[in-house]
Amino acid sequence: MAEIVLNNIAKSYGEHAVLQNLSLTVKDGECFTLIGPSGCGKTVLLRIIAGFESLDQGSMSIGSDVVADAGTGDSLPPEQRGLGVVFQDYAVWPHMTVRQNVGYPLKIAKCNPAEAARLVQKSIDDVNLSGMEDRLPSQLSGGQQQRVALARALVAEPTLLLLDEPLNNLDANLREEMRFEIKRLQKNLGVTILYVTHDQEIALAISDRMAVMDELGAIRQIGTPTQLFSEPADEFVFSFLGMSNFLHVQAENGMARFGEYSFPMALGGGHSGNGRIGFRPSDVVLRRSGEGIRAVVHRASFLGAITDYQLEVDGQHVRTAVDTHEALANDLLLKEGEECVFTLRNFHWFN
Amino acid sequence: MLRIKSDKTMQAVKQKRTFGVAEIILLLSIAILLIVVVVPVALIFFNAFFVDGQFNLADLVKTLGEGETYQALLNSLFIASGVTLCATAVGTFFAWLVTRTDIPYKGFMKGMFLVPFMLPSFIGALAWKMLLSPRAGYINRLWRDVTGAEDALFNIFSFGGIISIETMYLFPFVFIQVCGALERMDPTLEESARISGAGLFTITRKITLPLVMPSILSGALLIMLYSMAHFGTVAVLGIEVGIYNIPTLIYERIHQSAGSFDSIRTGTVLASVLVVTAAIIIWLQRKILGSGKYQIIAGKSFRPMELKLRGLRTPLFIFCLLYIGLTIVLPTVTIFLVGGLKTYGIPITWENLSLENYKYVLFEWDQTQQAIKNSIGLGLGAATITMFSGVMISYVIVKMKVRGKGILEFLGMLPFSVPGSVIALGVILAWSGRFGINLYNTIWIILIAYIARYMAFSLKANSAALEQVHDSLVEAARACGASMWQALRDIVLPLVRPGMVAAFFLIFLPALRELTVSVMLYGTTSRTIGVAIYTLNEDGETVTSAALAGIALILIVTGQTIINHFAKTKQA
Repeated sequence: MAEIVLNNIAKSYGEHAVLQNLSLTVKDGECFTLIGPSGCGKTVLLRIIAGFESLDQGSMSIGSDVVADAGTGDSLPPEQRGLGVVFQDYAVWPHMTVRQNVGYPLKIAKCNPAEAARLVQKSIDDVNLSGMEDRLPSQLSGGQQQRVALARALVAEPTLLLLDEPLNNLDANLREEMRFEIKRLQKNLGVTILYVTHDQEIALAISDRMAVMDELGAIRQIGTPTQLFSEPADEFVFSFLGMSNFLHVQAENGMARFGEYSFPMALGGGHSGNGRIGFRPSDVVLRRSGEGIRAVVHRASFLGAITDYQLEVDGQHVRTAVDTHEALANDLLLKEGEECVFTLRNFHWFN
Repeated sequence: MLRIKSDKTMQAVKQKRTFGVAEIILLLSIAILLIVVVVPVALIFFNAFFVDGQFNLADLVKTLGEGETYQALLNSLFIASGVTLCATAVGTFFAWLVTRTDIPYKGFMKGMFLVPFMLPSFIGALAWKMLLSPRAGYINRLWRDVTGAEDALFNIFSFGGIISIETMYLFPFVFIQVCGALERMDPTLEESARISGAGLFTITRKITLPLVMPSILSGALLIMLYSMAHFGTVAVLGIEVGIYNIPTLIYERIHQSAGSFDSIRTGTVLASVLVVTAAIIIWLQRKILGSGKYQIIAGKSFRPMELKLRGLRTPLFIFCLLYIGLTIVLPTVTIFLVGGLKTYGIPITWENLSLENYKYVLFEWDQTQQAIKNSIGLGLGAATITMFSGVMISYVIVKMKVRGKGILEFLGMLPFSVPGSVIALGVILAWSGRFGINLYNTIWIILIAYIARYMAFSLKANSAALEQVHDSLVEAARACGASMWQALRDIVLPLVRPGMVAAFFLIFLPALRELTVSVMLYGTTSRTIGVAIYTLNEDGETVTSAALAGIALILIVTGQTIINHFAKTKQA
């Protein structure tokens, strides 16, 4: 069992409070992502779980064991927490070969040599590094070093794997490949994964559940990726999970009004008064004329499959993403300065 | 498989509040620096500023004003200034020549210009004394024989002589700094000036020179520092005619008046002046290197613009060869030849040369044998101890997060600004029974002084190596199940080993030829090679002294060659 429970923890450096009164449970066997802007304390949280940082307040357990308790001052050192960590900068030891790097956890655990050799080979094969066992890290590419770090973190079959932006420095193809790899390892080995990133695409793709943190280190929302995407708790969560537009509207009797245009509020009909609605570029339905919010094309960028317009609406900017084929079929390839109208497929109401 | 076992979970591994490994290492590091460096220097200041337990500045000023003391201060300043000016000019010129012109055999010449780094300057001074002492010097005698003149061609026992010899051995400090700066300077800086229509002379004056100025100044300050505190050359060439600088006067006072209060006091006052001067120089140097200007010359190597020397190419090349021949080859050859003579002064001919002196020094005379053994033992001992304590202290300073580290950072700076003669005087004050331990006249007091003297080298090499070891490498090991000690053993130690080896040799080789410190501390059985060469020369045993100096040179060059070889294979 590797359920992580953080109970009302806090951490500060000098005057600067990084985390305050934070509670969080990561379930056994799930892939949990902490996502937030840089400097929000997500890496500190991971380092606390790993045991590299002490707690100022609260307690924390992994499985059935309390591993840190600020009340008593007890803290289990990192090496006794039975976890695997992949660092942002790989932290592959430059003086050891791939095999020695991967085999180190087993050597420390005094695993029997034959068994260790078998496990090391399996780990190396798992991350597709077969044939590079005797190379030094200096002879590997960044992506390969990353995979060494991953193999090393997994070789001792930890129950908990902590990943700190492990795919950051990889190119797009390799990043996708490694993403599937991590997912596959999680399924095959049943390991609990805590993943820290600021990249919402990876987070949405990889997580069973995820938590969005803000700049002050507070958790804004926890849920499955689809929950967070379809029911964001607030503007911060909404805007962090993808490109977003906001417009000021007035709500009354289940209708929202922007300028002269009124439209029904399908979501959360009970709202009234002034508020903001948030929507994705893909929620915008564009027409040359007719009913809808009037806008002027401020900037048009043709991106291939998608055409991206920045519309100007009453002094505010709205981004859209129009399928180029559809736009061609409906005569919607607009030039800068042209007028148009749009309606919304879907939106969220924020106070 | 490596699951946490609940029974060991809360065995109260309290990280923060107990007195852990970190605190022990910190305290040990502070203790080493306190004992080895701080206490001796503090004792010097105490003796200089306090008379009968009372703070007494007037007496300090009075001591400084006394004839001989005052004269030594002036001499030190005069010699150091002269050497700094000459050596900076020579160093900058040669650096420019081998990096920015089309002079032939650059690599070879660059190597040769660095040779003086490895040769002990007092051996050079001895060689020049053999060649240019007014009456017996071989060159002066040749001059008189050829021209029939009464006077010597050049009297080496003079300020001019001392400044020339020190210049020969100290100019590499500027040379190496300026070479580095010129090689790393982005040529587009000069090229854009050229495109803007500036001539070569204007570019040199307005662009190149200002950019390398910090390097020149920083090298010049190093020379100043070194020359102020330099003992050997002045001792060999100055004492005979009454020219003293600060270190030689300290030596003379301590040595002749056998520890009387007055002499110790004069010594401590002079030493205080040295420490303060050194501190100011080091502060200035850091300031210059820390200023933003230097940043322009950071980064990778470029292929710099080369000036075509045209008609001057051959004359300048010959000039360089002459310089190398005169300052490196000639003194070295002189030492070996004189070492082969029966007595100093007889003509150097095949019939007069033999290996007798070398045999005598190496295999027959116990005093020189003892000196060689002492120097090698002291070098190995000091290098080993300093290497290990240096790596520990650097580890605390660079890597550890522990309260009280600031004190250590401050103490760690001290060894850089304490000259050798000051350390020697300090250990005399600290280890002559004042604290219940009397090591005076034993080899152990020299060992302690060497540790203090060379700690700076070790701290520098080791912290540079440790800065390369990123924290996450250690954390990764901890996450893999390694304890703090296992992580240190398996990750940190292998990665800093090159730094430690470098520190070892950076200490062992200079210790082998050390004179300034040991000459103030030696007793009958604790002579070092340097002391033996120096005292033999003092006693008029010129040929034996030269033979021993020759053997020392062979030891040093062999050692250096082995290191260079290691450094090269390491890189490849």
